[in-house]
Amino acid sequence: MTKWLEENTPKLVLAPSFVAILVFVYGFIAWTAWVSLTRSRLLPKYEIKGFIQYERLFDSPRWDTAFSNLFVFGFLFIAIAMILGLVLAILLDQNIRTEGAIRTIYLYPMALSMIVTGTAWKWILNPGLGLEALVRGWGFPDFTFDWLVNPDMAIYTIVIAAIWQSSGFVMALFLAGLRSVDQEIIKAAQVDGIPTWRVYTAIIIPSMAPIFLSAFIVLSHLAIKSFDLVIALTGGGPGYATDLPATYMYAMAFSRGDIGQAASSAMIMMMVVFAIVVPYLYSELRSKNG
Amino acid sequence: MADTSFVPAASQSRKGKLALRWLLYILLGLFALFYLMPLFVMITTSLKSLDEIRTGDLIALPREVTFDAWRTAWSGACTGIQCEGVRPFFWNSILIAIPAVAISTLLGAMNGYVVAQWRFRGANIIFSLMLFGCFIPFQVVLLPMARILGMMGIAGTIPGLIFVHVIYGLGFTTLFFRNYYVSIPAELTKAAKVDGAGFFRIFWSIFLPLSLPIIVVTVIWQFTQIWNDFLFGVSFSQAGTQPVTVALNNIVNSTTGVKEYNVDMAAAIIAALPTLFVYVVAGKYFVRGLTAGSVKG
Repeated sequence: MTKWLEENTPKLVLAPSFVAILVFVYGFIAWTAWVSLTRSRLLPKYEIKGFIQYERLFDSPRWDTAFSNLFVFGFLFIAIAMILGLVLAILLDQNIRTEGAIRTIYLYPMALSMIVTGTAWKWILNPGLGLEALVRGWGFPDFTFDWLVNPDMAIYTIVIAAIWQSSGFVMALFLAGLRSVDQEIIKAAQVDGIPTWRVYTAIIIPSMAPIFLSAFIVLSHLAIKSFDLVIALTGGGPGYATDLPATYMYAMAFSRGDIGQAASSAMIMMMVVFAIVVPYLYSELRSKNG
Repeated sequence: MADTSFVPAASQSRKGKLALRWLLYILLGLFALFYLMPLFVMITTSLKSLDEIRTGDLIALPREVTFDAWRTAWSGACTGIQCEGVRPFFWNSILIAIPAVAISTLLGAMNGYVVAQWRFRGANIIFSLMLFGCFIPFQVVLLPMARILGMMGIAGTIPGLIFVHVIYGLGFTTLFFRNYYVSIPAELTKAAKVDGAGFFRIFWSIFLPLSLPIIVVTVIWQFTQIWNDFLFGVSFSQAGTQPVTVALNNIVNSTTGVKEYNVDMAAAIIAALPTLFVYVVAGKYFVRGLTAGSVKG
Protein backbone atom coordinates (compact mmCIF):
# COMPACT_ATOMS: atom_id res chain seq x y z
CA MET A 1 0.00 0.00 0.00
CA THR A 2 2.68 2.52 0.97
CA LYS A 3 4.72 1.47 -2.01
CA TRP A 4 1.77 2.09 -4.31
CA LEU A 5 1.23 5.44 -2.67
CA GLU A 6 4.86 6.34 -3.12
CA GLU A 7 4.86 5.43 -6.77
CA ASN A 8 1.70 7.28 -7.53
CA THR A 9 2.19 10.42 -5.48
CA PRO A 10 2.99 12.60 -8.54
CA LYS A 11 -0.20 11.46 -10.25
CA LEU A 12 -2.26 12.00 -7.13
CA VAL A 13 -0.86 15.50 -6.74
CA LEU A 14 -1.66 16.42 -10.31
CA ALA A 15 -5.05 14.72 -10.34
CA PRO A 16 -7.22 17.37 -8.62
CA SER A 17 -6.03 20.14 -10.93
CA PHE A 18 -6.40 17.92 -13.95
CA VAL A 19 -9.93 16.94 -13.02
CA ALA A 20 -10.78 20.57 -12.31
CA ILE A 21 -9.52 21.63 -15.73
CA LEU A 22 -11.34 18.75 -17.40
CA VAL A 23 -14.63 19.71 -15.78
CA PHE A 24 -14.42 23.49 -15.61
CA VAL A 25 -12.75 24.09 -18.93
CA TYR A 26 -13.54 21.21 -21.24
CA GLY A 27 -16.77 20.10 -19.62
CA PHE A 28 -18.03 23.66 -19.59
CA ILE A 29 -17.08 24.22 -23.20
CA ALA A 30 -19.05 21.09 -24.06
CA TRP A 31 -22.02 22.35 -22.04
CA THR A 32 -21.96 25.71 -23.79
CA ALA A 33 -21.59 24.04 -27.18
CA TRP A 34 -24.55 21.79 -26.42
CA VAL A 35 -26.78 24.61 -25.22
CA SER A 36 -25.86 26.67 -28.28
CA LEU A 37 -27.62 23.99 -30.33
CA THR A 38 -30.90 24.20 -28.40
CA ARG A 39 -33.82 26.60 -28.12
CA SER A 40 -32.77 27.77 -24.65
CA ARG A 41 -34.00 31.20 -23.66
CA LEU A 42 -34.32 32.16 -20.01
CA LEU A 43 -33.58 28.63 -18.82
CA PRO A 44 -31.36 26.07 -20.51
CA LYS A 45 -33.09 23.34 -22.47
CA TYR A 46 -31.19 20.29 -23.52
CA GLU A 47 -33.04 19.14 -26.61
CA ILE A 48 -30.87 19.66 -29.68
CA LYS A 49 -32.51 21.73 -32.40
CA GLY A 50 -29.65 22.31 -34.79
CA PHE A 51 -28.10 25.61 -35.66
CA ILE A 52 -31.09 27.80 -34.93
CA GLN A 53 -29.19 29.98 -32.42
CA TYR A 54 -26.41 30.61 -34.91
CA GLU A 55 -28.98 31.58 -37.53
CA ARG A 56 -30.56 34.01 -35.08
CA LEU A 57 -27.12 35.32 -34.24
CA PHE A 58 -26.17 36.10 -37.79
CA ASP A 59 -29.60 37.61 -38.46
CA SER A 60 -29.17 39.97 -35.55
CA PRO A 61 -28.02 43.48 -36.51
CA ARG A 62 -26.54 43.90 -33.05
CA TRP A 63 -24.32 40.84 -33.46
CA ASP A 64 -23.44 42.04 -36.93
CA THR A 65 -22.15 45.28 -35.41
CA ALA A 66 -20.36 43.46 -32.60
CA PHE A 67 -18.67 40.99 -34.93
CA SER A 68 -17.51 43.57 -37.45
CA ASN A 69 -16.36 45.80 -34.60
CA LEU A 70 -14.14 42.96 -33.47
CA PHE A 71 -12.33 43.01 -36.79
CA VAL A 72 -12.11 46.80 -37.05
CA PHE A 73 -10.94 47.10 -33.48
CA GLY A 74 -8.73 44.03 -33.60
CA PHE A 75 -6.99 45.01 -36.81
CA LEU A 76 -6.28 48.61 -35.81
CA PHE A 77 -5.33 47.71 -32.26
CA ILE A 78 -2.93 44.95 -33.26
CA ALA A 79 -1.39 46.79 -36.19
CA ILE A 80 -0.85 50.11 -34.39
CA ALA A 81 0.30 48.55 -31.12
CA MET A 82 2.87 46.42 -32.99
CA ILE A 83 4.19 49.34 -35.05
CA LEU A 84 4.30 51.65 -32.06
CA GLY A 85 5.89 48.98 -29.90
CA LEU A 86 8.58 48.28 -32.49
CA VAL A 87 9.35 51.97 -33.03
CA LEU A 88 9.59 52.59 -29.29
CA ALA A 89 11.83 49.57 -28.84
CA ILE A 90 14.20 50.71 -31.59
CA LEU A 91 14.29 54.27 -30.22
CA LEU A 92 15.04 52.94 -26.75
CA ASP A 93 17.74 50.69 -28.12
CA GLN A 94 20.06 53.64 -28.94
CA ASN A 95 22.08 53.74 -25.73
CA ILE A 96 19.57 55.90 -23.91
CA ARG A 97 20.91 56.96 -20.55
CA THR A 98 17.51 57.05 -18.84
CA GLU A 99 16.27 53.85 -20.45
CA GLY A 100 15.09 52.25 -17.22
CA ALA A 101 12.92 55.18 -16.23
CA ILE A 102 11.45 55.58 -19.70
CA ARG A 103 10.66 51.89 -19.92
CA THR A 104 8.86 52.08 -16.60
CA ILE A 105 6.76 54.99 -17.87
CA TYR A 106 5.86 53.28 -21.15
CA LEU A 107 4.85 50.06 -19.47
CA TYR A 108 2.92 51.11 -16.38
CA PRO A 109 -0.53 51.18 -18.05
CA MET A 110 -0.24 47.40 -18.35
CA ALA A 111 -0.50 47.18 -14.54
CA LEU A 112 -3.86 48.96 -14.53
CA SER A 113 -7.26 47.41 -14.71
CA MET A 114 -9.07 48.03 -18.01
CA ILE A 115 -11.81 49.57 -15.91
CA VAL A 116 -9.37 52.18 -14.61
CA THR A 117 -8.08 52.81 -18.13
CA GLY A 118 -11.63 53.15 -19.44
CA THR A 119 -12.58 55.53 -16.64
CA ALA A 120 -9.59 57.77 -17.30
CA TRP A 121 -10.09 57.92 -21.05
CA LYS A 122 -13.82 58.41 -20.69
CA TRP A 123 -13.07 61.58 -18.76
CA ILE A 124 -10.33 62.76 -21.14
CA LEU A 125 -12.41 62.14 -24.25
CA ASN A 126 -15.71 63.50 -23.02
CA PRO A 127 -16.58 66.38 -25.36
CA GLY A 128 -18.02 68.72 -22.71
CA LEU A 129 -15.04 69.14 -20.40
CA GLY A 130 -12.25 67.03 -21.84
CA LEU A 131 -9.85 67.35 -24.77
CA GLU A 132 -12.39 69.06 -26.99
CA ALA A 133 -13.01 71.82 -24.44
CA LEU A 134 -9.27 72.10 -23.83
CA VAL A 135 -8.40 72.70 -27.48
CA ARG A 136 -11.34 75.08 -27.88
CA GLY A 137 -10.01 77.03 -24.92
CA TRP A 138 -6.68 77.37 -26.72
CA GLY A 139 -8.45 79.49 -29.34
CA PHE A 140 -9.94 76.95 -31.73
CA PRO A 141 -13.68 77.39 -31.03
CA ASP A 142 -14.69 75.10 -33.89
CA PHE A 143 -12.53 72.18 -32.86
CA THR A 144 -14.63 69.05 -32.58
CA PHE A 145 -13.55 65.80 -31.02
CA ASP A 146 -16.72 63.97 -30.09
CA TRP A 147 -15.73 60.40 -31.00
CA LEU A 148 -16.93 59.12 -27.66
CA VAL A 149 -20.55 60.05 -28.38
CA ASN A 150 -20.43 59.64 -32.14
CA PRO A 151 -21.74 56.20 -33.15
CA ASP A 152 -19.54 56.08 -36.25
CA MET A 153 -16.36 56.96 -34.41
CA ALA A 154 -16.82 55.61 -30.88
CA ILE A 155 -15.11 52.30 -31.68
CA TYR A 156 -11.90 54.23 -32.36
CA THR A 157 -11.85 55.57 -28.82
CA ILE A 158 -11.64 51.96 -27.69
CA VAL A 159 -8.71 51.50 -30.06
CA ILE A 160 -6.94 54.55 -28.59
CA ALA A 161 -7.36 53.44 -24.99
CA ALA A 162 -6.39 49.85 -25.75
CA ILE A 163 -3.22 50.97 -27.54
CA TRP A 164 -2.34 53.24 -24.65
CA GLN A 165 -2.70 50.30 -22.32
CA SER A 166 -0.83 47.62 -24.27
CA SER A 167 1.75 49.21 -26.57
CA GLY A 168 4.34 49.47 -23.79
CA PHE A 169 4.09 45.73 -23.33
CA VAL A 170 4.74 45.18 -27.03
CA MET A 171 7.73 47.48 -26.69
CA ALA A 172 9.08 45.34 -23.86
CA LEU A 173 8.70 42.20 -25.99
CA PHE A 174 10.49 43.76 -28.95
CA LEU A 175 13.21 45.27 -26.79
CA ALA A 176 13.96 41.84 -25.36
CA GLY A 177 14.05 40.56 -28.93
CA LEU A 178 16.41 43.29 -30.13
CA ARG A 179 18.78 42.50 -27.31
CA SER A 180 18.89 38.82 -28.14
CA VAL A 181 20.08 39.30 -31.72
CA ASP A 182 23.61 38.06 -32.25
CA GLN A 183 25.94 40.99 -31.56
CA GLU A 184 28.70 39.62 -33.79
CA ILE A 185 26.62 39.89 -36.94
CA ILE A 186 25.70 43.46 -36.10
CA LYS A 187 29.30 44.41 -35.46
CA ALA A 188 30.37 42.82 -38.70
CA ALA A 189 27.73 44.79 -40.58
CA GLN A 190 28.92 48.00 -38.98
CA VAL A 191 32.52 47.31 -39.86
CA ASP A 192 31.38 46.92 -43.43
CA GLY A 193 29.91 50.41 -43.22
CA ILE A 194 26.27 49.42 -43.52
CA PRO A 195 24.09 52.26 -42.20
CA THR A 196 22.21 51.73 -38.95
CA TRP A 197 18.76 51.74 -40.51
CA ARG A 198 19.83 49.04 -42.95
CA VAL A 199 21.16 46.95 -40.08
CA TYR A 200 17.68 47.12 -38.58
CA THR A 201 15.62 46.47 -41.70
CA ALA A 202 17.87 43.81 -43.20
CA ILE A 203 19.29 41.97 -40.22
CA ILE A 204 17.67 42.66 -36.87
CA ILE A 205 13.97 42.87 -37.66
CA PRO A 206 13.86 39.77 -39.90
CA SER A 207 15.54 37.74 -37.18
CA MET A 208 12.77 38.67 -34.74
CA ALA A 209 9.99 36.87 -36.61
CA PRO A 210 9.10 34.66 -33.61
CA ILE A 211 8.62 37.76 -31.46
CA PHE A 212 6.27 39.28 -34.01
CA LEU A 213 4.29 36.09 -33.87
CA SER A 214 4.18 36.08 -30.06
CA ALA A 215 3.13 39.72 -29.94
CA PHE A 216 0.45 39.04 -32.52
CA ILE A 217 -0.92 36.10 -30.53
CA VAL A 218 -0.98 38.01 -27.25
CA LEU A 219 -2.57 41.09 -28.80
CA SER A 220 -5.22 39.21 -30.73
CA HIS A 221 -6.05 37.30 -27.59
CA LEU A 222 -6.43 40.60 -25.73
CA ALA A 223 -8.59 41.99 -28.53
CA ILE A 224 -11.01 39.09 -28.54
CA LYS A 225 -11.34 39.14 -24.77
CA SER A 226 -11.82 42.92 -24.60
CA PHE A 227 -14.81 43.42 -22.42
CA ASP A 228 -13.96 45.59 -19.41
CA LEU A 229 -12.59 48.40 -21.54
CA VAL A 230 -15.76 48.67 -23.60
CA ILE A 231 -17.97 48.51 -20.52
CA ALA A 232 -16.01 51.25 -18.75
CA LEU A 233 -15.40 53.53 -21.72
CA THR A 234 -18.59 53.43 -23.75
CA GLY A 235 -20.82 50.81 -22.16
CA GLY A 236 -21.18 49.41 -25.67
CA GLY A 237 -22.82 52.63 -26.81
CA PRO A 238 -23.90 54.95 -28.22
CA GLY A 239 -26.75 52.52 -28.84
CA TYR A 240 -24.75 49.37 -29.47
CA ALA A 241 -22.23 51.02 -31.77
CA THR A 242 -19.23 49.74 -29.79
CA ASP A 243 -20.50 46.31 -28.86
CA LEU A 244 -17.94 43.55 -29.20
CA PRO A 245 -18.74 39.83 -29.11
CA ALA A 246 -17.72 39.79 -25.44
CA THR A 247 -20.20 42.50 -24.47
CA TYR A 248 -22.89 40.98 -26.67
CA MET A 249 -22.45 37.65 -24.94
CA TYR A 250 -22.62 39.28 -21.52
CA ALA A 251 -25.74 41.27 -22.37
CA MET A 252 -27.49 38.12 -23.64
CA ALA A 253 -26.44 36.05 -20.65
CA PHE A 254 -27.07 38.43 -17.80
CA SER A 255 -29.43 41.20 -18.85
CA ARG A 256 -31.47 39.86 -21.76
CA GLY A 257 -31.93 36.39 -20.38
CA ASP A 258 -31.23 34.76 -23.72
CA ILE A 259 -29.03 31.80 -22.89
CA GLY A 260 -29.12 30.36 -26.39
CA GLN A 261 -27.73 33.55 -27.89
CA ALA A 262 -25.18 33.89 -25.11
CA ALA A 263 -23.95 30.34 -25.69
CA SER A 264 -23.74 30.60 -29.45
CA SER A 265 -21.93 33.95 -29.36
CA ALA A 266 -19.47 32.52 -26.81
CA MET A 267 -18.83 29.57 -29.11
CA ILE A 268 -18.07 31.90 -32.01
CA MET A 269 -15.61 33.79 -29.82
CA MET A 270 -13.93 30.56 -28.89
CA MET A 271 -13.67 29.48 -32.50
CA VAL A 272 -11.98 32.77 -33.39
CA VAL A 273 -9.50 32.29 -30.55
CA PHE A 274 -8.85 28.70 -31.57
CA ALA A 275 -8.31 29.62 -35.19
CA ILE A 276 -5.46 31.86 -34.04
CA VAL A 277 -4.06 30.03 -31.02
CA VAL A 278 -4.25 26.34 -31.94
CA PRO A 279 -1.74 26.43 -34.80
CA TYR A 280 0.58 28.48 -32.61
CA LEU A 281 0.37 26.22 -29.56
CA TYR A 282 0.66 23.16 -31.72
CA SER A 283 3.90 24.33 -33.30
CA GLU A 284 5.22 25.51 -29.92
CA LEU A 285 4.60 22.18 -28.22
CA ARG A 286 5.98 20.24 -31.15
CA SER A 287 9.18 22.23 -31.29
CA LYS A 288 9.63 21.87 -27.54
CA ASN A 289 9.13 18.14 -27.44
CA GLY A 290 10.80 17.27 -30.69
CA MET B 1 22.47 45.99 -29.29
CA ALA B 2 24.23 48.80 -27.51
CA ASP B 3 26.74 49.47 -30.21
CA THR B 4 24.67 50.14 -33.28
CA SER B 5 23.66 53.55 -32.00
CA PHE B 6 24.44 55.94 -34.76
CA VAL B 7 27.86 54.76 -35.62
CA PRO B 8 29.59 57.56 -37.45
CA ALA B 9 29.10 56.99 -41.12
CA ALA B 10 31.91 58.90 -42.80
CA SER B 11 29.59 61.59 -44.15
CA GLN B 12 27.85 62.26 -40.86
CA SER B 13 29.16 65.35 -39.13
CA ARG B 14 29.38 65.66 -35.38
CA LYS B 15 26.72 68.36 -35.46
CA GLY B 16 24.30 66.22 -37.39
CA LYS B 17 24.83 63.43 -34.94
CA LEU B 18 24.11 65.70 -32.02
CA ALA B 19 20.91 66.97 -33.65
CA LEU B 20 19.77 63.41 -34.24
CA ARG B 21 20.47 62.61 -30.63
CA TRP B 22 18.33 65.54 -29.53
CA LEU B 23 15.53 64.50 -31.85
CA LEU B 24 15.68 61.05 -30.35
CA TYR B 25 15.33 62.33 -26.82
CA ILE B 26 12.51 64.70 -27.79
CA LEU B 27 10.61 61.83 -29.42
CA LEU B 28 11.07 59.62 -26.38
CA GLY B 29 9.94 62.48 -24.17
CA LEU B 30 6.80 63.07 -26.24
CA PHE B 31 5.87 59.42 -25.96
CA ALA B 32 6.49 59.55 -22.24
CA LEU B 33 4.03 62.46 -22.08
CA PHE B 34 1.46 60.41 -23.99
CA TYR B 35 1.69 57.59 -21.46
CA LEU B 36 1.79 59.86 -18.44
CA MET B 37 -0.96 62.27 -19.51
CA PRO B 38 -3.94 60.16 -18.38
CA LEU B 39 -2.37 59.52 -14.98
CA PHE B 40 -1.57 63.21 -14.62
CA VAL B 41 -5.12 64.19 -15.59
CA MET B 42 -6.55 61.64 -13.16
CA ILE B 43 -4.48 62.91 -10.26
CA THR B 44 -5.08 66.62 -10.90
CA THR B 45 -8.79 66.14 -11.53
CA SER B 46 -9.14 64.19 -8.31
CA LEU B 47 -7.64 67.12 -6.40
CA LYS B 48 -9.94 69.78 -7.87
CA SER B 49 -13.34 70.90 -6.72
CA LEU B 50 -16.26 70.37 -9.09
CA ASP B 51 -16.48 74.12 -9.69
CA GLU B 52 -12.90 74.26 -10.75
CA ILE B 53 -13.40 71.30 -13.06
CA ARG B 54 -16.30 73.01 -14.79
CA THR B 55 -14.54 76.33 -15.23
CA GLY B 56 -10.91 75.27 -15.63
CA ASP B 57 -9.33 73.10 -18.27
CA LEU B 58 -8.36 69.47 -18.40
CA ILE B 59 -4.61 69.72 -17.95
CA ALA B 60 -4.41 72.71 -15.61
CA LEU B 61 -3.00 72.12 -12.16
CA PRO B 62 -5.54 72.56 -9.37
CA ARG B 63 -5.71 76.18 -8.18
CA GLU B 64 -6.81 74.95 -4.83
CA VAL B 65 -5.96 71.42 -3.76
CA THR B 66 -8.78 69.62 -2.00
CA PHE B 67 -9.01 66.04 -0.81
CA ASP B 68 -12.80 66.06 -0.58
CA ALA B 69 -13.14 63.90 -3.69
CA TRP B 70 -10.79 61.32 -2.20
CA ARG B 71 -12.79 61.22 1.01
CA THR B 72 -16.04 60.78 -0.92
CA ALA B 73 -14.55 58.15 -3.21
CA TRP B 74 -13.20 56.16 -0.29
CA SER B 75 -16.22 56.24 1.97
CA GLY B 76 -19.20 58.12 0.54
CA ALA B 77 -19.67 57.64 -3.19
CA CYS B 78 -22.74 55.74 -4.34
CA THR B 79 -22.45 52.41 -6.12
CA GLY B 80 -26.07 51.90 -6.99
CA ILE B 81 -28.18 52.18 -3.84
CA GLN B 82 -25.27 51.77 -1.44
CA CYS B 83 -23.32 54.95 -0.60
CA GLU B 84 -20.22 53.78 1.22
CA GLY B 85 -17.57 54.59 -1.35
CA VAL B 86 -15.11 51.99 -2.60
CA ARG B 87 -13.83 51.04 0.85
CA PRO B 88 -15.94 47.88 1.40
CA PHE B 89 -15.23 46.74 -2.15
CA PHE B 90 -11.52 47.39 -1.82
CA TRP B 91 -11.67 45.09 1.19
CA ASN B 92 -13.59 42.50 -0.86
CA SER B 93 -10.87 42.54 -3.51
CA ILE B 94 -8.26 41.89 -0.84
CA LEU B 95 -10.31 39.04 0.59
CA ILE B 96 -10.65 37.53 -2.86
CA ALA B 97 -7.11 38.12 -4.08
CA ILE B 98 -5.05 36.87 -1.15
CA PRO B 99 -6.44 33.33 -0.83
CA ALA B 100 -6.87 32.96 -4.59
CA VAL B 101 -3.27 33.97 -5.26
CA ALA B 102 -1.94 31.75 -2.47
CA ILE B 103 -3.89 28.64 -3.48
CA SER B 104 -3.32 28.94 -7.22
CA THR B 105 0.40 29.57 -6.73
CA LEU B 106 0.80 26.60 -4.41
CA LEU B 107 -1.09 24.28 -6.76
CA GLY B 108 0.83 25.64 -9.73
CA ALA B 109 4.13 24.93 -7.97
CA MET B 110 3.15 21.32 -7.22
CA ASN B 111 1.77 20.77 -10.72
CA GLY B 112 4.79 22.32 -12.36
CA TYR B 113 7.07 20.14 -10.23
CA VAL B 114 5.23 17.00 -11.27
CA VAL B 115 5.09 17.86 -14.96
CA ALA B 116 8.74 18.95 -15.14
CA GLN B 117 10.43 16.40 -12.86
CA TRP B 118 8.20 13.37 -12.39
CA ARG B 119 7.21 12.69 -15.93
CA PHE B 120 4.84 9.80 -16.33
CA ARG B 121 2.96 8.55 -19.35
CA GLY B 122 0.39 11.16 -20.30
CA ALA B 123 1.93 13.95 -18.24
CA ASN B 124 2.66 15.95 -21.36
CA ILE B 125 -0.87 15.58 -22.64
CA ILE B 126 -2.21 16.72 -19.29
CA PHE B 127 0.09 19.71 -19.39
CA SER B 128 -0.99 20.58 -22.92
CA LEU B 129 -4.62 20.38 -21.91
CA MET B 130 -3.99 22.66 -18.96
CA LEU B 131 -2.01 25.10 -21.06
CA PHE B 132 -4.83 25.26 -23.53
CA GLY B 133 -7.15 26.32 -20.76
CA CYS B 134 -5.17 29.56 -20.47
CA PHE B 135 -6.34 30.67 -23.85
CA ILE B 136 -10.07 30.11 -23.82
CA PRO B 137 -12.23 33.21 -23.79
CA PHE B 138 -13.91 33.03 -20.41
CA GLN B 139 -17.30 33.83 -21.94
CA VAL B 140 -17.46 30.20 -22.91
CA VAL B 141 -17.54 29.09 -19.27
CA LEU B 142 -19.65 31.87 -17.74
CA LEU B 143 -23.06 30.25 -18.10
CA PRO B 144 -22.26 26.81 -16.72
CA MET B 145 -20.08 28.32 -13.99
CA ALA B 146 -22.99 30.46 -12.81
CA ARG B 147 -25.09 27.31 -12.51
CA ILE B 148 -22.43 25.24 -10.77
CA LEU B 149 -21.70 27.99 -8.24
CA GLY B 150 -25.42 28.02 -7.52
CA MET B 151 -25.48 24.26 -7.03
CA MET B 152 -22.46 24.44 -4.72
CA GLY B 153 -24.22 27.15 -2.72
CA ILE B 154 -21.44 29.68 -3.21
CA ALA B 155 -23.03 31.84 -5.94
CA GLY B 156 -22.50 35.53 -5.28
CA THR B 157 -20.08 34.90 -2.42
CA ILE B 158 -16.43 35.68 -1.93
CA PRO B 159 -15.48 31.97 -1.62
CA GLY B 160 -17.23 31.51 -4.97
CA LEU B 161 -15.05 34.15 -6.59
CA ILE B 162 -11.93 32.70 -4.99
CA PHE B 163 -12.85 29.31 -6.39
CA VAL B 164 -13.31 30.69 -9.91
CA HIS B 165 -10.01 32.59 -9.83
CA VAL B 166 -8.12 29.53 -8.57
CA ILE B 167 -9.53 27.27 -11.28
CA TYR B 168 -8.84 29.61 -14.18
CA GLY B 169 -5.47 30.68 -12.80
CA LEU B 170 -4.15 27.11 -12.63
CA GLY B 171 -3.12 26.93 -16.27
CA PHE B 172 -0.82 29.92 -16.00
CA THR B 173 0.66 29.11 -12.59
CA THR B 174 1.41 25.56 -13.72
CA LEU B 175 3.01 26.89 -16.89
CA PHE B 176 5.23 29.31 -14.96
CA PHE B 177 6.52 26.69 -12.55
CA ARG B 178 6.86 23.97 -15.15
CA ASN B 179 9.01 26.20 -17.37
CA TYR B 180 11.15 27.10 -14.39
CA TYR B 181 11.61 23.58 -13.02
CA VAL B 182 12.24 22.06 -16.41
CA SER B 183 15.63 23.77 -16.48
CA ILE B 184 16.70 22.12 -13.24
CA PRO B 185 18.67 18.97 -14.11
CA ALA B 186 16.69 15.77 -13.62
CA GLU B 187 19.84 14.19 -12.13
CA LEU B 188 19.21 16.21 -9.00
CA THR B 189 15.89 14.51 -8.44
CA LYS B 190 17.35 11.12 -9.32
CA ALA B 191 20.23 11.50 -6.91
CA ALA B 192 17.89 12.58 -4.14
CA LYS B 193 15.68 9.54 -4.83
CA VAL B 194 18.67 7.25 -4.58
CA ASP B 195 19.38 8.81 -1.22
CA GLY B 196 15.91 7.82 -0.16
CA ALA B 197 14.15 11.19 -0.30
CA GLY B 198 10.50 11.07 -1.29
CA PHE B 199 8.35 13.24 -3.51
CA PHE B 200 7.50 15.89 -0.95
CA ARG B 201 10.88 15.85 0.72
CA ILE B 202 12.62 16.59 -2.60
CA PHE B 203 10.17 19.37 -3.34
CA TRP B 204 10.49 20.88 0.10
CA SER B 205 14.25 20.79 0.51
CA ILE B 206 15.55 21.04 -3.05
CA PHE B 207 13.01 22.74 -5.29
CA LEU B 208 11.30 25.17 -2.98
CA PRO B 209 14.51 26.90 -1.87
CA LEU B 210 15.38 27.45 -5.55
CA SER B 211 11.96 28.82 -6.39
CA LEU B 212 11.90 32.32 -4.94
CA PRO B 213 12.16 34.21 -8.27
CA ILE B 214 9.40 32.20 -9.94
CA ILE B 215 7.20 32.45 -6.86
CA VAL B 216 7.53 36.23 -7.00
CA VAL B 217 6.73 36.27 -10.72
CA THR B 218 3.70 34.03 -10.25
CA VAL B 219 2.35 35.86 -7.24
CA ILE B 220 2.62 39.20 -9.02
CA TRP B 221 1.03 37.85 -12.17
CA GLN B 222 -1.88 36.26 -10.30
CA PHE B 223 -2.37 39.25 -8.05
CA THR B 224 -2.52 41.65 -11.00
CA GLN B 225 -4.89 39.37 -12.89
CA ILE B 226 -7.23 38.87 -9.97
CA TRP B 227 -7.17 42.41 -8.67
CA ASN B 228 -7.86 43.80 -12.14
CA ASP B 229 -10.48 41.21 -13.04
CA PHE B 230 -13.85 42.55 -13.98
CA LEU B 231 -15.62 39.81 -15.94
CA PHE B 232 -15.79 37.24 -13.15
CA GLY B 233 -16.40 39.94 -10.57
CA VAL B 234 -19.38 41.36 -12.38
CA SER B 235 -20.79 37.96 -13.35
CA PHE B 236 -20.47 36.09 -10.07
CA SER B 237 -20.91 38.67 -7.32
CA GLN B 238 -23.85 40.37 -5.72
CA ALA B 239 -24.38 43.71 -4.00
CA GLY B 240 -22.18 43.08 -0.95
CA THR B 241 -19.43 40.96 -2.48
CA GLN B 242 -18.38 42.96 -5.52
CA PRO B 243 -14.68 43.54 -6.10
CA VAL B 244 -13.34 47.07 -6.41
CA THR B 245 -13.30 47.12 -10.22
CA VAL B 246 -17.04 46.46 -10.31
CA ALA B 247 -17.68 49.12 -7.67
CA LEU B 248 -15.60 51.62 -9.62
CA ASN B 249 -17.57 50.95 -12.75
CA ASN B 250 -20.80 51.39 -10.83
CA ILE B 251 -19.68 54.71 -9.38
CA VAL B 252 -18.61 56.04 -12.76
CA ASN B 253 -21.73 54.88 -14.54
CA SER B 254 -24.30 55.66 -11.86
CA THR B 255 -26.83 57.95 -13.46
CA THR B 256 -28.26 59.56 -10.34
CA GLY B 257 -27.26 63.02 -9.20
CA VAL B 258 -24.50 65.32 -10.38
CA LYS B 259 -21.61 63.77 -12.27
CA GLU B 260 -18.67 64.06 -9.90
CA TYR B 261 -15.64 63.62 -12.13
CA ASN B 262 -13.21 64.30 -9.32
CA VAL B 263 -14.73 61.46 -7.28
CA ASP B 264 -14.60 59.14 -10.31
CA MET B 265 -10.91 59.87 -10.76
CA ALA B 266 -10.09 59.45 -7.07
CA ALA B 267 -11.94 56.13 -7.03
CA ALA B 268 -10.08 55.02 -10.16
CA ILE B 269 -6.72 55.83 -8.60
CA ILE B 270 -7.64 54.00 -5.41
CA ALA B 271 -8.62 50.94 -7.43
CA ALA B 272 -5.33 51.13 -9.33
CA LEU B 273 -3.02 51.76 -6.37
CA PRO B 274 -2.29 48.16 -5.29
CA THR B 275 -1.24 46.96 -8.73
CA LEU B 276 0.63 50.19 -9.46
CA PHE B 277 2.46 49.78 -6.19
CA VAL B 278 3.44 46.22 -7.08
CA TYR B 279 4.58 47.42 -10.49
CA VAL B 280 6.74 50.16 -9.02
CA VAL B 281 8.44 47.99 -6.39
CA ALA B 282 8.75 44.81 -8.43
CA GLY B 283 8.57 45.92 -12.06
CA LYS B 284 11.25 43.48 -13.16
CA TYR B 285 9.22 40.49 -12.02
CA PHE B 286 6.01 41.95 -13.39
CA VAL B 287 7.55 42.22 -16.86
CA ARG B 288 9.01 38.75 -16.58
CA GLY B 289 5.57 37.36 -15.89
CA LEU B 290 4.09 39.22 -18.83
CA THR B 291 6.69 37.91 -21.21
CA ALA B 292 6.96 34.41 -19.72
CA GLY B 293 4.04 33.07 -21.71
CA SER B 294 4.93 34.80 -24.92
CA VAL B 295 8.68 34.62 -25.45
CA LYS B 296 10.18 31.23 -25.97
CA GLY B 297 12.68 30.56 -23.23
